[in-house]
Amino acid sequence: MKTSILASQETGNTKGVPGADDFDVQRIRADFPILQRSVRGKPLIYFDNAATAQKPAVVIDSVDTYYRSMNANINRGVHYLGEQATLAYDDAREKIREFINAEDAREIVFVRGTTEAVNLIANTYGRKNIGKDDEIVITAMEHHSNIVPWQLLCEATGAKLRVVPITDDGELRLDEFEKILSERTKLVSVVYISNALGTVNAVKEIIDRAHRLGIPVMIDGAQSTPHCAIDVRRLDCDFYAFSGHKLFGPNGIGVLYGKVKFLDALPPFQGGGDMIRSVTFERTTYKDSPHKFEAGTPNISGAIGLGAAVDYVSCIGMTRIAEYERYLLKYATDKLAEVDGIKIIGTAKEKAGVISFVCDDVHPHDIGTVLDLDGIAIRAGHHCTQPLMERLGLVATARASFSFYNTFDEIDYFIDAVRRMLKVFKR
Amino acid sequence: MTELNELYQEVLLDHNRNPRNFKALDNPSGEIEGYNPLCGDKYTVFVRVNDNVIEDIGFEGAGCAISKASASMMTDAVKGKTKEEVDEIYEDVHRMLTNSSNDTDAVAKLGKLAALSGVAAFPMRVKCATLAWHAMRVAMQGENDKISTE
Ligand SMILES: Cc1ncc(COP(=O)(O)O)c(C=O)c1O
Repeated sequence: MKTSILASQETGNTKGVPGADDFDVQRIRADFPILQRSVRGKPLIYFDNAATAQKPAVVIDSVDTYYRSMNANINRGVHYLGEQATLAYDDAREKIREFINAEDAREIVFVRGTTEAVNLIANTYGRKNIGKDDEIVITAMEHHSNIVPWQLLCEATGAKLRVVPITDDGELRLDEFEKILSERTKLVSVVYISNALGTVNAVKEIIDRAHRLGIPVMIDGAQSTPHCAIDVRRLDCDFYAFSGHKLFGPNGIGVLYGKVKFLDALPPFQGGGDMIRSVTFERTTYKDSPHKFEAGTPNISGAIGLGAAVDYVSCIGMTRIAEYERYLLKYATDKLAEVDGIKIIGTAKEKAGVISFVCDDVHPHDIGTVLDLDGIAIRAGHHCTQPLMERLGLVATARASFSFYNTFDEIDYFIDAVRRMLKVFKR
Repeated sequence: MTELNELYQEVLLDHNRNPRNFKALDNPSGEIEGYNPLCGDKYTVFVRVNDNVIEDIGFEGAGCAISKASASMMTDAVKGKTKEEVDEIYEDVHRMLTNSSNDTDAVAKLGKLAALSGVAAFPMRVKCATLAWHAMRVAMQGENDKISTE
């Protein structure tokens, strides 16, 4: 695959933002077929990347190629295609291992997405190690997928959910986190980057503090994996979850990373084919991780597509992606802050490319519809973070979330559209 | 008219800014909370039905411009009407909102309510517009309850 994104003559207009110039966004955009289309007669401006990301042609092609030339079930047939498909699936696992710098491919479990990864840990690690009056610690800014599985576990076991509070700016209260931890704490599960506010949490510090007390930590990496370089060994997290579709890969594929010592000790998640060593009606023995957790025919094309996505972003470089997105965020934040009547929600010091905002005169859903008429896709709603919305005294926000294929020109157009919208509602 | 102005017509924006009958009733015969979990729109509709006629109606709550304006226009449209008349208006509005090939005659018959016709082109927003109408219909049965668009 050739996707070397070197500086060229035809860089996007970077509005004089120093450092953003050598990022050839126009060449990157050409890799994403959907970005060439228009919506409601206007060029598509896709600012809903926190919900799901668009796919480069290499990802779409890899899925297409798999079905056209390689489709077979894996880990069973002795025939040629079965072997090819198995190799491709294993190769995808290896690519992901390298991408997040895990030590061993056995630590990479393919799942449907972040949601399934959290449910897997709640149902295996949780059922095995968490009992009555034990505590699970999460934060006030979790996505529902890092709340509800724990609530179900608490209902079944009598364990308790403890919630680390946040400041009005949307930062975690680490002082409170420290106080909440106790010998009853059996697991900490924290979102790395908030999908609703963009806050980048100090997860390294959280992990270190929990580890000092011998408490394992799970990280919800749904938003961090597409936007910064991830090194699970440096973080030293015990579990890490992310979704392929937010990382420019297909839907219905995601990853649970777990340290081998934990995964080996866990019971299976679901029972079925592919996860067993031997079955008799008296006794069944299971394979080792990751196969123990991958019952049934997995999403083979999804894994292959995710492998292609990881190759693609690795070629550009996650560090460069993060840097470019930081420029976009700063540019957009400064511009939006100048607009009278708009209030930005989530003003943490460390933020990723997400801007949530509200407006006194216009409900977020009306903002979403008005911008849609200009071809701009943003999200409006509670972002699957209802407890966070309640904490902030809101029912919903409008949210623009960026990716490395977005441009400064698009942000200008978006700001103009917001200004036009305010005029309509005030007329 | 642009699509934007067609959806957010001046009449609709006016009802959003200054909702009519925006009050609770003291002794309603029915009171229903309508909730749209998608948007978080939440309104309580109060009705007092006397002798088969909506003697008074009011609503409280918060939500998007479309839901609020539609609720406000609804209260204006049904106040003083018999149950049968309300059913007819409801049917016409529902048809207008869910049928994007707007039958102009039918829409014209709806008078001021025609300002909601632009919503039909936005299927994701139809539930916003119908929320208070559904609540009103249930409240007319003399119920006190909660309903949801889901
Ligand atoms: C922070 C966060 N966690 C978890 C999820 C759930 O991801 P998925 O729906 O792909 O399982 C999301 C996606 O919306 C998210 O943003």
